[in-house]
Amino acid sequence: MKLKTIAAAAIVAVLGAGAVVAADEPQAARQQMMKDVGRAMGALAGIAKGEKPYDADVVKASLTTMSEVSKTFADQFPAGSETGFETEASPKIWENMDDFRAKDAQFGKDVDTALATLPADQAGVGAALGTIGKNCSACHETYRLKK
Amino acid sequence: MKFLKVTAAVGAAGLLGLACFLWVTAPARTPDDLWQGLGEPNVENGERVFSAGGCSSCHAAPGAGDDGRLVLAGGAPLASPFGTFHAPNISPHPEAGIGGWSLHEFGDAMLRGVGRQGEHLYPSFPYASYARMTPSDINDLFGYLKTLPASDNVAPAHELPFPFNQRALLGGWKFLYLNDDPRVAIANADAKVERGQYLVEGPGHCGECHTPRDALGGLKADLWLAGGPNPEGGPGRVPNITPGGLDGWSESDIAYYLESGFTPDYDSVGGSMTAVQKNMARLPAEDRDAIAAYLKAIPAH
Repeated sequence: MKLKTIAAAAIVAVLGAGAVVAADEPQAARQQMMKDVGRAMGALAGIAKGEKPYDADVVKASLTTMSEVSKTFADQFPAGSETGFETEASPKIWENMDDFRAKDAQFGKDVDTALATLPADQAGVGAALGTIGKNCSACHETYRLKK
Repeated sequence: MKFLKVTAAVGAAGLLGLACFLWVTAPARTPDDLWQGLGEPNVENGERVFSAGGCSSCHAAPGAGDDGRLVLAGGAPLASPFGTFHAPNISPHPEAGIGGWSLHEFGDAMLRGVGRQGEHLYPSFPYASYARMTPSDINDLFGYLKTLPASDNVAPAHELPFPFNQRALLGGWKFLYLNDDPRVAIANADAKVERGQYLVEGPGHCGECHTPRDALGGLKADLWLAGGPNPEGGPGRVPNITPGGLDGWSESDIAYYLESGFTPDYDSVGGSMTAVQKNMARLPAEDRDAIAAYLKAIPAH
């Protein structure tokens, strides 16, 4: 009985450690960052489409999330993280790291421009979304596989 | 002696068979009267057809970007299991492009995959989809193409190993796969769904990537738009865009994706669909709505 308990505890410990390791992997970190950007993008699009009322706090928080991600996103692709954890990263990232970094920087620049003036109404959010959104497809066109 | 006779008989039968094959599958031009009475092309509609067809995605110079997309200089490579194709120059240049072509010659290429010299064209040029287009749209498209800048670029020749470099074989391919039948039957289709069907199955040629292919490179008709491996090879898959694959997407989600490039969970368009989406964004909203309505109406896979 005691042996079983110890075995169960050991399994839980191993699984727990595994989860921690996975969350630390750059593949998992960058996936989470993109999910955060997607969520922020969704909040802005809801306002731009008129599905949600304009809310300056939501706009600011969403843009801040994107800005923070843009600052460190390109650092999440160290050598050795090319595969695994269901990554959709294209090998082209490592072949053209400078261009990849430049695209991330351009995304950050467009976000920070919007953040500095803060879109003041639905139309403003729509315009900012149009500019910022182009960065998503510009990068995913070359550097993301699958979709 | 008997061996020689048998050999001769087999040889003769083979030649006869080959002659029959070439006769049955010879390049067939369109009838002349198809192109009569169409009048002056509507260039504005031609531009709409150009966007729906995404001509520049293949025919602009490789890496031309948004600025160079209207110079249809050709040269872009298209990889396939049969070799690498290079899109030709279709700018209005009289020698390097199609500036010297007649509407009838252009129409033969679009509807029948027949080149100016009467040769079979490779189906990397998706005439097996364009065969569903109306002569009126082709007239307008041809008129629009003539308004674009000329380029004297000569695109590289296709890089195809034997036997795929034998154009006569394409007659057999066309016999199997080239027709203008609807890809799917949709009961009680309204005008909107019919417009979507025309755009998707004809000029849009969506099925050329989104429908899996058989060993001969023909579309698997019973898996229309069900997705499959990347037809250019390599990693990545082309998604299923039937109602089974777009589960959870509303009609307006599809239309918004084509307009903005965002999925319902605000992931973005990527890969070669990025150029397609930019073209879809140039269409009138009613066309994107029609495509969305059609994609919700087709059989799910």
